[in-house]
Amino acid sequence: MNKRILFTLLLVSLITVGTFANGGSDGEGTSRMLVINSNLSDPAPKAAFAEVVEGFKAANPDIEVTLNSFDHEAYKTAIRNFLASDAPDVCLWFAGNRMKFFVDEGLFLDISDVWSDYDLNNSMSAAKSAVSVDGKQYGVPWGYYQWGMFYRKDIFDKYGLSEPATWDEFLEVGETLKSNGITPVAIGTKYLWTAGGWFDYLNLRVNGLDYHMDLMLGNASYTDPELDEVFNVWKDLIDRGFFLENHATYSWQEAQAPLINGDAAMYLIGNFIVPDMDAAGIGDKIGFFQFPQINSSVGMYEDAPMDTYHIPASAKNVEEAKLFLAYVASPEIQTQFAYATGNIPPNKNADPPTIPLTKEGFDMLAAADGLAQFYDRDTNPEMASAGMQGFQEFMVYPDREDEIRARIDAERKSVFDK
Amino acid sequence: MEKATQDKLQRLEFKLAPVYFLAPAFIFFSLFVIWPILQSFWISFHEWSGFGEKTWVGLENYRTLFRDPKFHIALFNNIKWFVFSLLAPVFGLILALFLNQNIKGLRTMKSLFFFPFVINLVVIGLIFSWFYNPDLGLLAEIFKAFGLKPIPVLANDKIATYGIILASLWPQTAYCMILFLTGLTAVNVQVIEAGRIDGAGGWKMLRHVVLPQLSGATFIAIVVTIIGSLRSFDLIAIMTAGGPWGSTNVLAYMMYDESLFNFKMGYGASISVVLFVLMSGVIAMFLRSVLKNER
Amino acid sequence: MFPTPIQKRSPLVQILYKAAVPVVLILWLLPMVAILLTSIRSNADIISGNYWGWPSEINFLKNYSEVFNPARSPMLLYFRNSLIITIPSVFMAVFFSAMAGFSLAIHKFKGRIFLYALFIAGNFVPFQILMIPVRTLFANLDLLDTLWALILFHTAFQIGFATFFLRNFIVDLPFALIESARIEGATEFTVFFRVILPLIRPALASLGVLLFTFIWNDFFWALTLVQSDAARPITFGLQALRGQWSISWNLISAGSIVAALPSVLVFFLLQKQFISGLSFGGVKE
Repeated sequence: MNKRILFTLLLVSLITVGTFANGGSDGEGTSRMLVINSNLSDPAPKAAFAEVVEGFKAANPDIEVTLNSFDHEAYKTAIRNFLASDAPDVCLWFAGNRMKFFVDEGLFLDISDVWSDYDLNNSMSAAKSAVSVDGKQYGVPWGYYQWGMFYRKDIFDKYGLSEPATWDEFLEVGETLKSNGITPVAIGTKYLWTAGGWFDYLNLRVNGLDYHMDLMLGNASYTDPELDEVFNVWKDLIDRGFFLENHATYSWQEAQAPLINGDAAMYLIGNFIVPDMDAAGIGDKIGFFQFPQINSSVGMYEDAPMDTYHIPASAKNVEEAKLFLAYVASPEIQTQFAYATGNIPPNKNADPPTIPLTKEGFDMLAAADGLAQFYDRDTNPEMASAGMQGFQEFMVYPDREDEIRARIDAERKSVFDK
Repeated sequence: MEKATQDKLQRLEFKLAPVYFLAPAFIFFSLFVIWPILQSFWISFHEWSGFGEKTWVGLENYRTLFRDPKFHIALFNNIKWFVFSLLAPVFGLILALFLNQNIKGLRTMKSLFFFPFVINLVVIGLIFSWFYNPDLGLLAEIFKAFGLKPIPVLANDKIATYGIILASLWPQTAYCMILFLTGLTAVNVQVIEAGRIDGAGGWKMLRHVVLPQLSGATFIAIVVTIIGSLRSFDLIAIMTAGGPWGSTNVLAYMMYDESLFNFKMGYGASISVVLFVLMSGVIAMFLRSVLKNER
Repeated sequence: MFPTPIQKRSPLVQILYKAAVPVVLILWLLPMVAILLTSIRSNADIISGNYWGWPSEINFLKNYSEVFNPARSPMLLYFRNSLIITIPSVFMAVFFSAMAGFSLAIHKFKGRIFLYALFIAGNFVPFQILMIPVRTLFANLDLLDTLWALILFHTAFQIGFATFFLRNFIVDLPFALIESARIEGATEFTVFFRVILPLIRPALASLGVLLFTFIWNDFFWALTLVQSDAARPITFGLQALRGQWSISWNLISAGSIVAALPSVLVFFLLQKQFISGLSFGGVKE
């Protein structure tokens, strides 16, 4: 009796499978198609992008559009798979080295024609270098966001502190906070990139963008004397106890807790912290200031990680994909989409933001002397890994500086073949 | 049909039986598992980003690997995992013996004991991370209650691995418990009764009568625990991301990192070959002793 | 039965035992309690670090319904897909492995140890390294993005462990039963279906539970082989709860509990098969 039940169940399930088994990808027919893969999994950005796609569909009723959404993290694995086989026509990704890797492998299509045909060379001039390799463009940016010091205005007010513009002012602010039992800077380095952010800013302020990019591309050394001051300044902060204790055990998200509970006052982070501050009920107590100047002869450069669209080289519907890129590069869509995701539109003809914190970032980035992507998006991933691990260790054991820098540099030499 | 032919057919059927009994499993397994494994071994002799052409480099990946300090840290951590994970079969057996009764409601309770095994490892890792949180965690509260300064377990490069192993023992013990509960159903009742009549009790009974009969379940429990300890990945990814500064790295995590994030599939494949060889060595030893007992 | 059936012990011991079981259970499940608590917390609690205190608000309905929110993912579709993927895979894997395990345990032919070792060894490789070869294989078979891909793969992948598992149980069975069946003229198939399968029912049941859990909880292979909603299992829905920057741990905890329930249900239904105080496997004289 059991055997019969077993076999019936097996048969039934096989039949059900047979009826439903075909997944999504066999659309045949003569209508035009467009497949888009997106990494926006949060409800708000996901809905915002869905709206953008609906707008495109309405403007192009003869094109059948399929939108596949992946979880943000899982997408980083999935993209390796779908660029190699079964590629979509448009995919989202990041600018800088992240894009360059796929360009070098021949996996992204050269879309310089889209840039020239739709005058993006003009309207997105500031963002152009981040999506170019050897003078050709391979992506269209849709948003970037500010990095800087988010801080508790109410704590600053309580101790009569104002936003520091120079390094000495910053140190003073920190010392005042410390003497009142408040950790000056919150940070969570479990996933390493927050430490990369600190390195970026210290290096950009001490040595400037040109040297920083040289380092990112492997043309400068982590043992260079230029970096001595960077590490000295950093060590000073560590020795003064400016950073949150036990930061290596916290993710960036867990390190928000002291900021929310009033045990810490500042956080060098991107503006994605704002929704969390709102959710915790202290959104109106949060302010923003630019990372203070260290070296007055060096320009003010900022990290502004950029999100982009690309067309895979093996895309089947290239014409439709280019139409889509043109559509999303327009000022109206740039405005609509960027703000809905908490970002700033790279198209200079887009409307400026209305949210005060984002407006501050917008103004700061517009006035910046130059922009970098972010440590782990500007340099090779293996290098980034070794570098950030070294930074994390340095932040806990600053006395190991020489050994750490030598180790990071050995990795640089092997990664870049120098 | 003549008896002789009938006999011959039956003998043929008997001789060929292994073929058709093994065929489906063998075909499936070879095509979808063994073949890709062989391919990945092949990849380990190349330099490859995962896209485009592969470049033959012979044993270069292995040479680099043995010189790589990350490899040595990872290997050492895997040994720690291997040794301490063996606590799981022990605890699993104890729990199985404890629960091997027939009282009311125990069926529901047994299902609940099973829960740790079915919960997503990421969530388990999260809860244990929060437990270890030196500011807001339960462990910190315990320390503070004794007037001691909380130890940041997962930020300490010397003890973080142990913190993660402890977390892994929870679902792994549940797994072993199931295996032993299954094994206990097959224990020969008459031998137990005979032993009781002979006056054996408790510990003696366990050691000399029950455990030998549980050898099948024990073998499976140990093998899956060893494989699990050497393949451990999810908990490390969520609890420390291999940190602090790479000190909790294990071979499986290193392989994932190198293949999928550093785009060095060849290098990653060489790590998996090393893992394979290690596991084969350990399991082969067990297998030999088990098979010897079977003869 | 071992240990001594509790009914045979003194009343004091019986009371102590009946009291001890829930206590041990609670201690054992403390992390589970923490997960449950987390699943009803508000996002604000998670962000401000209230991990262990009493929740500032109880969001039971809010969180659990958010798990099924179609704006995040089509969870019911994913659930159906998970059923379609898992159930046939479990049946096929168990059935084929039982056949293979039977042969490896009973038939003495050359190379059987090698084959047995092969099935075990297939588990040794960290599966991530197989990502590209397997994906390429399914691309060549034109099965990418279908439920069949996952069914075929999971069946194949679990056969290694399952064969190892069942062979072990079959080998422990009394050979006398098989011999007597053969003498009576039974074919190997009859021996398999009429003699062996009923005897290893506990092992089949517990294996079924284990395989169900493994396949149901898989995310990696679903991510590798499938990209559209029509073929995605429930683990995709769980992942989508994560959030891009800030992970919504309360939602993920709720989602994990929901995703775990089918496995627990299967355990509950099948456990009578493999957990009993009744005698089983004894040789009747």
